[in-house]
Amino acid sequence: MPKITYRHADGTQDSLDISPGISVMQGAISGGVKGIVAECGGAAMCATCHVYVDQKWLAALPPMNAVEHEMLETTAAERRPNSRLSCQIKVGPDLDGLVVGIPDRQL
Amino acid sequence: MAGTVGAQRTVATSGIDPFSRSYLEDPYPFHEELRDAGPVVWLEDLGVWATGRYEQVQTILNDWQTYCSSGGVGISNFHKEKNWRPPSLLLESDPPVHTRARAILARVLSPAAIRRLREAFHAEAVKVVSALVDGGRFDAMADLAKPYPLKVFPDAVGIVDQDRETLIAYGDMVFNALGPRNDLYAAAMARADEVVAWVTARCQRGTLAPVGLGADVYKAVDAGEVTEAEAALLVRSFLTAGVDTTINAIGNAIFCFAQHPEQWRLLRDDPSRARAAFEEVMRFESPFQTFFRTTTRAVEIAGTAIGADEKILLAVGAANRDPRFWADPGRFDVSRPVIKHVGFGAGIHGCVGQMIARLEIEVILSVLAARVERIELDGTPQRLIHNTLRAFTSLPVRMVARH
Repeated sequence: MPKITYRHADGTQDSLDISPGISVMQGAISGGVKGIVAECGGAAMCATCHVYVDQKWLAALPPMNAVEHEMLETTAAERRPNSRLSCQIKVGPDLDGLVVGIPDRQL
Repeated sequence: MAGTVGAQRTVATSGIDPFSRSYLEDPYPFHEELRDAGPVVWLEDLGVWATGRYEQVQTILNDWQTYCSSGGVGISNFHKEKNWRPPSLLLESDPPVHTRARAILARVLSPAAIRRLREAFHAEAVKVVSALVDGGRFDAMADLAKPYPLKVFPDAVGIVDQDRETLIAYGDMVFNALGPRNDLYAAAMARADEVVAWVTARCQRGTLAPVGLGADVYKAVDAGEVTEAEAALLVRSFLTAGVDTTINAIGNAIFCFAQHPEQWRLLRDDPSRARAAFEEVMRFESPFQTFFRTTTRAVEIAGTAIGADEKILLAVGAANRDPRFWADPGRFDVSRPVIKHVGFGAGIHGCVGQMIARLEIEVILSVLAARVERIELDGTPQRLIHNTLRAFTSLPVRMVARH
């Protein structure tokens, strides 16, 4: 199973094996990773599963659609060029080793 | 029960009619039968597929490529029959049309925009609750669940009129129309011309307040993103989906807490549970019980072959109580982690207004929790019999004020 690493703002990290087909957000929620709220459950409506994607993985991700772009405009922590909503990133074999940073706040 | 449909394939079949009166009055025994019949079941009387299992509902909601919404989210197939109203750009559409519309509403309903509504929602909740708790006995539908959303939500959209009951009639029509053309549909449609004319007029730019969510939608016209006619349809989505739904969610919440006083005590002792408590209400008594998808190609679901352009009923109320997924699903428990319920749908068509709904209901529940010692039924609740919605027409209660 692809391994996904979630880096926390305090420097600690969680590495989880995630079933292919579910999202980086769902993997975090199922695995009890702190800092991903995901109140809307993956509908791209709450912007509380915001992550900073490790630069070297950016190109491997599915392109951002217009809805995700709009949501990222109002994240609680600052939006950066590598900001994504983790609910919009589906895990597959090609993302084995993906590293994402969790912002210091989501609300 | 096993049977054969079309070619030589064995499928689970059922005689359940999810639009029969007995089902609509008390769906839960039927839900169990539906889930136990199989992952996906052929409903003989209606000629459609159905699933009440969490795993299949969740999978289907998250695969719009295979299970589209442009065929309509009710039992009728727009690919084969014309709908009674112009299809929604949001609810009854697929990408890329849907993505464009959704992006505009994502901007209008952004977390920042919703945060700005909190103060007004809170002030109204305090006003409504104060007037009721002093009296003690009232109808939780007529006196609480209806007036509060009917004030705060249309105000937020920018509806100028104060007489807003027509919005309830419109929601009643649209959601009854997701079912078959039965007597419920006919009754809901009785005033259709008048109601549609009223709502259509309220969606026009000139009718909306200059500041509000409706006016924000029209900014997308100025930016060249949508036409004026499309903007009117997007405002219509607010007025369709933003009123009945929250009214019924509040009614269901009051009912749940009247039935489960120990759960009210948890909320009363810690009003910060209000948001999580609402998620459990959405799971346990989902106001929106069913919607449909249409297959875009032949597909197999858990070993059952389904043809292209066929309708599948998703019983989200049943999925929210599927014991294959939830521990002890028949227990109402506000401390349950319920982020995965499908009461708002899921995926790209997940309720676009869900963050407003959360705010509305978090606010009213926390205001009640601060003021009310306990909630008791004060007569027999009257159920709304409706093709899609699970709700009450009347819910007499007595609220005992906190000292």
